[in-house]
Amino acid sequence: MDPNSLIFIFLNAALINNFVLALFLGLCPFLGVSAKRETAWNMGLATMFVMLVSSVSAYGINWLLKELDIEFLRLICYIAVIASAVQLVEMTVKKFSPSLFRAQGIFLPLITTNCAILGLALFQTFREYNFLQSLAFSIGAGVGFTIALMLMAGLREKLELAKVPSVSQGAAMSLMLAGLLSLAFMRFAGLGGSHA
Amino acid sequence: MSVLPNQQEQITADTFLRGLWQENPVFVMLLGLCPVLAVTNSTMNAIAMGLATTFVLVASSTLVSLLRKAIPKQVRIATYIIIIATFVTMVDYLIQAISLDLYNALGAFIQLIVANCVILGRAEAYASKQKVGAAVVNAFGMGAGFTIALLCLGTVRELLGAGTILGFQIFSANFEPWVVMILPPGGFFVLGAWLLLFEYLKQRKERKLPNAEGATS
Amino acid sequence: MSSTDQAQLQNPLQPQTPSFAMLRTLGGIAMLAGFLVVMVFQWTKPIIEENKRIAIEKAIFKVVPGAASRKNFVLSAAGLFPAETPDAQGETIYAAYDANGELQGVALEAAATGYQDVIRILYGYSPACQCVTGIKVLKMAETPGLGYKIAFDPAFLENFVALDGKLNNDKSGLENNIVAVKHGNKSQPWQVDSISGATISSKAIARMINDSGQRMFPLIAKHLSEMQGGRE
Repeated sequence: MDPNSLIFIFLNAALINNFVLALFLGLCPFLGVSAKRETAWNMGLATMFVMLVSSVSAYGINWLLKELDIEFLRLICYIAVIASAVQLVEMTVKKFSPSLFRAQGIFLPLITTNCAILGLALFQTFREYNFLQSLAFSIGAGVGFTIALMLMAGLREKLELAKVPSVSQGAAMSLMLAGLLSLAFMRFAGLGGSHA
Repeated sequence: MSVLPNQQEQITADTFLRGLWQENPVFVMLLGLCPVLAVTNSTMNAIAMGLATTFVLVASSTLVSLLRKAIPKQVRIATYIIIIATFVTMVDYLIQAISLDLYNALGAFIQLIVANCVILGRAEAYASKQKVGAAVVNAFGMGAGFTIALLCLGTVRELLGAGTILGFQIFSANFEPWVVMILPPGGFFVLGAWLLLFEYLKQRKERKLPNAEGATS
Repeated sequence: MSSTDQAQLQNPLQPQTPSFAMLRTLGGIAMLAGFLVVMVFQWTKPIIEENKRIAIEKAIFKVVPGAASRKNFVLSAAGLFPAETPDAQGETIYAAYDANGELQGVALEAAATGYQDVIRILYGYSPACQCVTGIKVLKMAETPGLGYKIAFDPAFLENFVALDGKLNNDKSGLENNIVAVKHGNKSQPWQVDSISGATISSKAIARMINDSGQRMFPLIAKHLSEMQGGRE
C-alpha cells in the first residue's frame, strides 16, 4: 500500500500505530476515564472532535510559521492554540447545544492536558502531511483512541465482577490489561506491507 | 505574604527527598506516563529523557517562583505553559546540537515534555507559592525521582529485551532476548510489575505493624 | 462599583487585577520567551547544521564506496538542477566523487511501507557498473530482533554490494525488476535474498529500490555527463 495514501494513513493511526497502545499518547484519560463504557464513549467522541479542530489549526499555524520563517516558535504556538481551541470548542458547545454540553462538557477541560492532541499536531508536522492527509491522520487517531478506550472500559467492567488479589487492584491491573491489549494490537502490523 | 495560602517551607532534606519516594511522580502519583513508557526501551534514552525533563522542571520552577508575585491569578496557567514551552524548545535544540542520533531516538517525545503534567503540577502546586530556594530544591527532587523511575523501567526493559545495559552485553550470548519487552506492550508490563511490587511491599508493611503491636502487648 | 464589590466579596483573598497587569505580565513573559528561544536557536543552529551534514555525508560515503566529497542535485523528468536552484522540482540526489573528482556513484533516498511503519533508506547507485552499491536504513520502526535485521544483518546487506540495476534497451526502465526472493533462493544478480522471519521488511526494501530505480536510473543515465563535470 502506498504510504502516502489517505486509507493507509487512517489505518496506520487507528490500528497499526494506535496512539494509546503503541505510542503511549493520552494515557492519563485512558487510565482515568475507562471505568465505564458510557463515559469512555463520550470521552472518545470529545477527543476526536478536538483532535480534528487542532489538526486543522496546527496545519494553518505551521503554514504561517513557515511563511514567516520563524519555525522555532512552533511548539509555543501549538500549545497556546490547542489550549484556546479547547476553550473555544467548550464555549461553542455550551452556547449551541446545552444538552450536549451537559453530557460532554466535563470531558473537554481534561482534553487540554491530553498529550495525544499535541502529539497529533507534532507528528503531522514531522511527517509533512498535506491538508487532506492531516485530516485522515487526525480522524484515524481519534477513532483509534476511542477504540482503545472502549475496549479497555469493556474489560474493566467485566473485571468488576472478578476476584483479584488485593495487591493488583488499581493502576497495576489497568496497566497489565493495557499491555495485553497492546500485544493484541501489534498483530495489526503488516496490514500495510503484506500484500505487495 | 498573607495572601499566600501556604506557609513558606523551610528547606530541609525532606524538600528534596519527597520527590524521590513519598511523592514520586511516576510510581506514586502516576503522572507523566507517556514519556515514561514511550522512550524507556533503552537505558540511554531513559537517562536522556530524565535529564531533559529535570532541566525543564528546575528551570521553569525557578522562573515561576521568581515571578510568583508578578503573575496575576487569572492568567497564571497561560503564563506557566508559555514558560514551560520556552524551556522545552531550548532543550529540543540543545539535544539536536549534542547528538542527532539521540534526538532521532527520542523523536517527538522531547517536545511532548510540554504536556507532561508533572511540570505544570509543580509550577501550580509548589513553585508559585514558595521561595526560589525551596522551589529549586523541590524541583530537583522531583526531577531525580522522575529520572529514577525512567531508569527503573529502562534498565529492566533493555536487560530483558536485548540482554544488554547501555549497550554492554550482560547476559551470555545464549540468552534469547524477550523482544516483547522493548516493544510497546513491554512498557505496560514492566510499569505494571513495578507498581505491583511497591503495592506488595506497602501491604506487607501494613500487615506487619498490627502484628508487631499485638506481640508487645 | 457594585459589581466590583461583589467580585471582591466572592473572592476576598484575591484583589481585582487590572487588565493592564495581566497584559503586562503576558507580554513580558512572551518577550522573555521569544528572547530565550531565539538566543538558543541562533547559538545551536550552526552546530546542528554541521551535525546534519556529517550524518548525511557519513551515510553517503558508506553507500558509495570510495567517495570523498558530494554535491546535491535535484533530478526529475524536467532535468537536472543543482540543489541551490530556486523552485527546482524533483527528488534530491547526492552525486559522490572520489578524491580526484571522478564521479563514483549517486546516493538516492527511497521509502516504502514496512511491517510496522514506513522504512526510509539511502542507497548508492553506480552508473559505471549499473548496479546498487550499498544501503543504509535512515528510519524504521521494524520489530527488534526480526525486521530490525534489515539494517544490521551482514548477510542481508551483502545483497546490496553489487545488486544488478541494468537499464533495458530503450533506456526507459530496468531490464529486470529488483525483487525479494525467499531466503536461500537467490539465483540472479537482481534478486534480494530475504531474511527468514522478516520477509515483509525484506520485500519492502527490494520494492522501494525497484520503484525508485525504475524512475531514477534512466534519468541518471541521461544526465550523467552533467553530473560528471558537476563538481566545482
